Amino acid sequence: MIKVRNLKKSFGPITAVNGVSFTVEIGEVLGFLGPNGAGKSTTMRMITGFIPPSEGEVSVGGFNMLDNPIPAKRMIGYLPENAPSYIDMTVLEFLGFAAELRGLRSEPKTRAIDRVVEMCFLESVLHQSIETLSKGYRHRTCFAQAIIHDPKVLILDEPTDGLDPNQKHEVRTLIRQMGQTKAIIFSTHILEEVEAACSRAIIIDRGQIVANGTPDELKQRSENAGAVTLRLVNENSGLVTQKLSQIPAVGRCVVLSESPVTIRAYAKPNGRQGELARAVGEVATAERWKIEELHTEEGRLDEVFRNITLPDTTQTEAK
Amino acid sequence: MSEATLDQQRAAVIPAAEQASVVEAFRHILTITKREITGYFASPVAYVFIVIFLLLSGFFTFMVAGFFQRGQANLVTFFAWHPWLYLFLVPAIGMRMWSEERRLGTIELLLTMPITPWQAIVGKFLASWLILALALALTFPIVITVNLLGRPDNGVIFAGYIGSLLLAGAYLSIAAMTSAMTRNQVVSFILSLVICLFLILAGWPPVTNLVTQWASPWLVDTITAFSVMTHFETIQKGVIDSRDVLFFLSVIGFSLFTTSVILRAHRAG
Repeated sequence: MIKVRNLKKSFGPITAVNGVSFTVEIGEVLGFLGPNGAGKSTTMRMITGFIPPSEGEVSVGGFNMLDNPIPAKRMIGYLPENAPSYIDMTVLEFLGFAAELRGLRSEPKTRAIDRVVEMCFLESVLHQSIETLSKGYRHRTCFAQAIIHDPKVLILDEPTDGLDPNQKHEVRTLIRQMGQTKAIIFSTHILEEVEAACSRAIIIDRGQIVANGTPDELKQRSENAGAVTLRLVNENSGLVTQKLSQIPAVGRCVVLSESPVTIRAYAKPNGRQGELARAVGEVATAERWKIEELHTEEGRLDEVFRNITLPDTTQTEAK
Repeated sequence: MSEATLDQQRAAVIPAAEQASVVEAFRHILTITKREITGYFASPVAYVFIVIFLLLSGFFTFMVAGFFQRGQANLVTFFAWHPWLYLFLVPAIGMRMWSEERRLGTIELLLTMPITPWQAIVGKFLASWLILALALALTFPIVITVNLLGRPDNGVIFAGYIGSLLLAGAYLSIAAMTSAMTRNQVVSFILSLVICLFLILAGWPPVTNLVTQWASPWLVDTITAFSVMTHFETIQKGVIDSRDVLFFLSVIGFSLFTTSVILRAHRAG
């Protein structure tokens, strides 16, 4: 549905996006991750046809954005960064305006407005000027215009930015639901959002894709993925470490805290899934340790994210 | 199905599609114009503009130019002030046209809609022009006054209104262009004011003399031809010459085209 091929964008001497390629099909929710200034918004602006790419091409539903922008734009619903809207209009006027530009008039227009007003919980502010609304309502108003024509493609630039936790949850649920019938790209800083709503995630750093996979695949790249954490009462950390190190599957052990003793055992490279936990469990039983906790780490996205993007960021800042 | 019938079908389908897209284009322009006008009346901009325009045009016509003392049944004194009144008021109305869109970020919303930039540019321009037309239309009491007091040539008065509207449109298109250049409304205002002032003064001897000293007569004539005053004054005499109308329309066309170029350049980065 969305095809992005070797997208590049330079602003003067600065290269904001440098050779980004990916595709998104119907039924996929693609999470777009990256530090500030990584080129997320610029990429999204090129996909929606707001800015032309310096190189490469974007096609949406088979229509090239440069050669055939109108049919391509018709398929897209777009929530720009900071959710801009015409603050001098009421919510109803604004949604009517968006509906009309999307070619909806009279009966279909009314129906479309009713639908998005219900989905985005805007009934209570329908006749209020957008200027007087809180940030959450403004955000949802802009979100409502993005889905007013029930588009096949949704591009959402930080859709949960500035919302309270309940609203964030609602938006995520909405994205996940809509993701079944649409191709969705959304950008975020919040990693739990990726796990909650995405079928796939791309991490972008300094204009380039540095990771691309399902949230689970990405989590596997975390150094803690597959490690076993063990918490015991009334034990000496040195002794436990010694015992654990004798297990063939254990590569190294790290003491996380002394009392209660919490130790993380890392598997040797190429260790099999589950093998480590089983081995640690057996040793614990043999030694009659009082186990408070024993679990295999799933790996965390934020660790992956930091590992991939942090070294570069610190280098850049040092310069 | 034979090829001939297929061709016939195609022939029937394509004009219909083109027609639909033209209708669609007008609808988009109308939608945008409607939105802009809502915007003008939601803020005090339109009201302030109309009131100030009416007050100032009344003041200049009656107090400064001495409309009654002249004892002539025409509106020469009324229209004569318009190039100067518009010089300040039109950039004030036009300065927000694109700079506001850029400041609020709504330009990103507008230009990712399935419309062409042209539809947005024309729609926004028309909205502001309609506000100016409304202000101008509200000066109708002066037409009634002059008709009660004497027997004016209403054809000349009508021409005067057409000329005034065209002049306002030309200034407005320049304000649209400068407002596309910057997100700062003050900069936009001053730039359009200077350009409009140049268009007023282009035919004025002190300016032409300055150029005559070093430039060829050809250049002097070209610059003089850009003066809105000569074109405006011809129309004020009751002569709606196609050349004068064309002048104003081409200023509008050129400025709006430049607006589209500037907008595209900004997006290209």
